[in-house]
Amino acid sequence: MLANLDFGYLNWAVIQTFILKGLFFSVQLTLVAMMGGIVLGTLLALMRLSGKNWLVMPAAVYVNTMRSVPLVMVILWFFLLIPGGFYTAVAGSYGANYRAEISAIVTFTLFEAAYYSEIMRAGIQSVPRGQVYAGYAVGMTYRQTMQLIVLPQAFRNMLPVLLTQTIILFQDTSLVYAIGAYDLLKGFDLTAKNLNRPVESYLLAAVVYFAICFSLSMIVKQLQKKIAIIR
Amino acid sequence: MGTWDWQVFLQDTGGGQTYLEWMMSAWGWTLSVSVLALFVALITGSLMGILRTTPSKTLALIGNAWTELFRNVPLLVQIFVWYHVIPSIFLPLRSVPSFILVVFALGFFTSARISEQVRAGIQSLPRGQRYAGLAMGLTLPQTYRYVLLPMAFRIVIPPLTSESMNIIKNSSVAFAVSIAELTMFAMQAQEETSRGIEVYLAVTALYFVSAFAINRIALFVERRVQVPGMIGGGK
Repeated sequence: MLANLDFGYLNWAVIQTFILKGLFFSVQLTLVAMMGGIVLGTLLALMRLSGKNWLVMPAAVYVNTMRSVPLVMVILWFFLLIPGGFYTAVAGSYGANYRAEISAIVTFTLFEAAYYSEIMRAGIQSVPRGQVYAGYAVGMTYRQTMQLIVLPQAFRNMLPVLLTQTIILFQDTSLVYAIGAYDLLKGFDLTAKNLNRPVESYLLAAVVYFAICFSLSMIVKQLQKKIAIIR
Repeated sequence: MGTWDWQVFLQDTGGGQTYLEWMMSAWGWTLSVSVLALFVALITGSLMGILRTTPSKTLALIGNAWTELFRNVPLLVQIFVWYHVIPSIFLPLRSVPSFILVVFALGFFTSARISEQVRAGIQSLPRGQRYAGLAMGLTLPQTYRYVLLPMAFRIVIPPLTSESMNIIKNSSVAFAVSIAELTMFAMQAQEETSRGIEVYLAVTALYFVSAFAINRIALFVERRVQVPGMIGGGK
């Protein structure tokens, strides 16, 4: 059965032109959206826990809306809503040529912020209340207490979950297929179409994604064990 | 951006139906894919989750391998594999419509998540329950059937609810293999009418409504089957 598969078409030139180019963007998109998403998400979590209605409401509406809509829809929404002229104005010909890619980076950062914010919210809530009182007792302001005592602990407690979410984020980057951005899946898609090898290409895509995500999740598991021992 | 023009939904698509009618049929496809995939996911996910908690190393390995396999490959890639790879390896599948392939792709993808939750639900029960069942002379399958699963499934209803809502959202990925569901409709209708904002707003609202409906149904089920005396169980 498997004898029909022929991977002979794969040479270094093909891998370099199609697949590595896509992998580079997928990784870039994942890292930018992770960092931006965690920062924005932490802000959203702090807003939701602030107890001030004018901060809680918008943050809650934002997070719940993003979480109730399919990511593909959000990707299409942003691609559609931000007119092409905007990209040209901001980034010149680069913006015009990489419209889908830039739009994807913006979308993922804003979208993942909603998911990261729920993780950070749980993390902040898992810090014992006494820690906050201790901060106030030594004369710290709210900001200092959060920045120096609560957030570092929340972040550390939630590190495995944040990383697991990042693995999901990496998998989700494949959805930029909807707007034609050049990611890892697109790289395999192009080899499938240009070299007329759909079976081998998509099978290989699955294997590569699996290898990356499975190894990452094994690393997270190890990390989880380490953190559990420290506590 | 111009002004709203909701009249666009009354326009004829050129095929004798309005865009509204087309959208409603697309909604039907989204719901059919989701419900059937949920069915597949619940059955295989529960089975794999149960296998992972059995004393047999082989069965646990099968369950673990299944979960890792379907959890670590993006859904869109899995859909492509079901669509392009599997039918060319298993030739009889060539005549299977892509709708069915997508149902299995989405169902198996979700089954990995459900298997995680079912496993966690079973493992959250006190060890003594299993021993009590076995000590009374129940076989292992009977212990699962009468002692462990009735409790475990009630515990995992809340995470299963979010998975059911995720299935509705994830069904949007089926556009990639040309299933005529909501996302596919949105992309095509936007191109034909250039009224993207209205089209996308309407489709997004339909996703919202569908997921919310699932949420309400699950809440109803949850209330009906809650266990008294447990934290989530009320009185």
